Amino acid sequence: MSAPSVIDPPKKAARHSAARPARRQVTTAFVVTRVAVLAVAAALLLYAVPPLVAAESWVALAVVIAVSAVLGYLYLSRRFVPAKYLVPGTIFLLAFQVFPVLFTFSTSVTNFGDGHRGTKAEAVTAIEASSLKQVPGSPSYQLSAATKDGELVFLLTDPATKQVQEGSTDGLAPVEGATLGMTGKVTAAPGYTVLTTAQAAARGKEIAAITVPTRGGAIKANGLSRAVEAKASMVYDASCDCIQGENGPWKASEATGYFVNPAGDVLSQGWQVNVGLDNFVRVMTDPTINTNFLGVFAWNLTFALGSVLTTFALGMAVALALHHPKMRGVKIYRILLILPYAMPAFAMLLIWRDMFNKDFGLVNQLTGLTTDWLGQPTTARLAVLLVNLWLGFPYMFLVTTGALQAIPRELTEAAGLDGANAWNAFRRVTLPLLLVALSPLLVASFAFNFNNFNAIQLTTAGGPFDVDSIRVGATDLLITYTFRLAFGSGSAQFGFAAAISVFIFAIVAVLSAVGFRRTRKQEDVYR
Amino acid sequence: MKLAWRHAFLVLIVAFSLFPIVFVISAAINPLGTLGSSTLVPTGASLGNFADLLTSDVYPFKTWFVNSIVLALMASFTSLLLSLLAAYAFSRMRFKGRRVGMLTLLLVQMFPQFLAVVAIFMIFTEISDLYPAFGFDTVSGLMLLYMGGALGANTWLMKGFLDTVPKELDESATVDGATHTQIFWRIILPLVTPILAVTGLLAFIGYMSEFIMASVFLRDPSSKTLAVGMYGMLVGDARNTNFGMFAAGTLITAIPTVGVFLWLQRYIVSGLTSGAVKG
Repeated sequence: MSAPSVIDPPKKAARHSAARPARRQVTTAFVVTRVAVLAVAAALLLYAVPPLVAAESWVALAVVIAVSAVLGYLYLSRRFVPAKYLVPGTIFLLAFQVFPVLFTFSTSVTNFGDGHRGTKAEAVTAIEASSLKQVPGSPSYQLSAATKDGELVFLLTDPATKQVQEGSTDGLAPVEGATLGMTGKVTAAPGYTVLTTAQAAARGKEIAAITVPTRGGAIKANGLSRAVEAKASMVYDASCDCIQGENGPWKASEATGYFVNPAGDVLSQGWQVNVGLDNFVRVMTDPTINTNFLGVFAWNLTFALGSVLTTFALGMAVALALHHPKMRGVKIYRILLILPYAMPAFAMLLIWRDMFNKDFGLVNQLTGLTTDWLGQPTTARLAVLLVNLWLGFPYMFLVTTGALQAIPRELTEAAGLDGANAWNAFRRVTLPLLLVALSPLLVASFAFNFNNFNAIQLTTAGGPFDVDSIRVGATDLLITYTFRLAFGSGSAQFGFAAAISVFIFAIVAVLSAVGFRRTRKQEDVYR
Repeated sequence: MKLAWRHAFLVLIVAFSLFPIVFVISAAINPLGTLGSSTLVPTGASLGNFADLLTSDVYPFKTWFVNSIVLALMASFTSLLLSLLAAYAFSRMRFKGRRVGMLTLLLVQMFPQFLAVVAIFMIFTEISDLYPAFGFDTVSGLMLLYMGGALGANTWLMKGFLDTVPKELDESATVDGATHTQIFWRIILPLVTPILAVTGLLAFIGYMSEFIMASVFLRDPSSKTLAVGMYGMLVGDARNTNFGMFAAGTLITAIPTVGVFLWLQRYIVSGLTSGAVKG
């Protein structure tokens, strides 16, 4: 730090009660950090603002400006010292964790998903555009491509009336004083530069891309010298809030976000609407989903509990076996035992999957069996528990070793002198002490395994699937089930998937509340 | 219990923990390179799978490797820094809302970010339109997303570490005229470096294996990470034929982490427990 220069009398500075003495000094570091803060805030604004203005997202713009202002003020001022350390992480936490969770809640009361992605107006446009057909007997025009102020437009001659109109992406407009050629094509018109056939051919792609909107349809080029009008066979009619057309009228249903006809059919293109608690009601009452959900939940609990118990039991057994004063080779054992923890988990999960492969897998190769391990519900469940045991026990081994070292050896020795055998000494002395130390980690491990997406998705992908209910597999966790609903093959049901996420949120909240209440009795975690 | 029994038990468990790794090694040097021909004890040795993998036109393994390493390094470093800053405030300062803030973090920690994967997908659909540099198929966007989970993951652990550093140290530094930034960078940080290295290593391994977010986020082959890209190597018919290459890739991926892991392993036991057991 360079030489400080005092600019303020000390008495003015004693305005808040941090532990450090009240001083006001301007050092080089002070100036540099302040300039850096301003530069970062300015860069953030310069980068983030223009796209938001272009997209007219005023709310987002206000948020960006407010955040920059708060950041600038916070780091320029000498006050709010704790906030300076807390804010960087908090901003990310709010933007990419808290906000998505809130957004999940609001999505869960909509029908957002395939067929319900946009607004009603977008749905109408899409329906009309996809129903454009050249109706027999609809007008056909002589076409000349021309430029007007550098922009490519159509000059259209009605063959019957010889009337000339300009067609652009804005629509039709009358043209006065055009000169017509032999075939009725426009050869010249005031204000326009008519393209020659060669010029027009060179811009064929642009010409084919132009769509001139008309009432209830559109005019498109058909080759370079003719244009035809196509009509939408499905047209939105505002007076009845319905789509008129084949099998219609299709009435708009604001409750479901679909156009429905009297026969009860719907058009596949719908729009996003609020469906209230329908998604939640569906989870609770729809018999197929309902039973799926309960089954998945039960297995999910079994998997999480089973994983915690097996990994803890094996990890602790290994740690106890090594925990002996006369034990030799402790270091080499420790290295070999934690290797599974250091290997890349995603790759090892896939390796395990292929070791259980029926035709080529190592397990069948070594045992001489032909069992389809991951193809039957029971063996698949045992297999994923075994795989998770392999991945998870080294961690439990490490933490138990740490906790064992903290238990004074005199305690177990005293138990031995009092006549307790090894088992009783372990059960009455060592285990309770270990549990006190490790229960927060066990709760955390449970919460982690409850949503252990990788362990399932990369081994069984939720399967095996029953022929009757292809949507849910025997080893599906709630999270893999949700993920498939949202992103799996078939139509995406984002709203419904979000509703299930909300259920998982609630379940995790209850389970961890119970877990921490029990932990708290043993140890003050709020210290 | 007799020592011999302890050794017998431990050898058994070591065999359990090593046999998949041995299988990976022998599959990686298996000259035929298919799953069906891979055995626990190698039948031949060749580096053909490694060569195939590194020169593959279909699978840009080197790009994935660089993507993964860059992402995991940046993400673990930044998330550690963010949570260490917060932990410093929680450990050393007393302010309004401290208790509430810590409890909130404890709660947030219970909700993994990917539960909101649907909402995150929708948010990043918008971001991709507005700021393509941070949208889908970019490592930088994924990195931003990971930072959302930074505070929840490590702050409590870090606070546990910082609480073990005697307060007298920063008090005496304060008396000597040090500012809070100087105390943080020059006194606290050097003292907790070994433990930071361990936490950083664990975070690094975690980010290397992160799959769910990355698979939603990175669709373009050249933007993928190892986890997403290598997953694609074993999809469908390629599952049998690509197995040797996959095993080779697994080994290449494992070498840096296992190396550092063994190097730091004496810190790991104390690192995991000293913070964690304190809550």
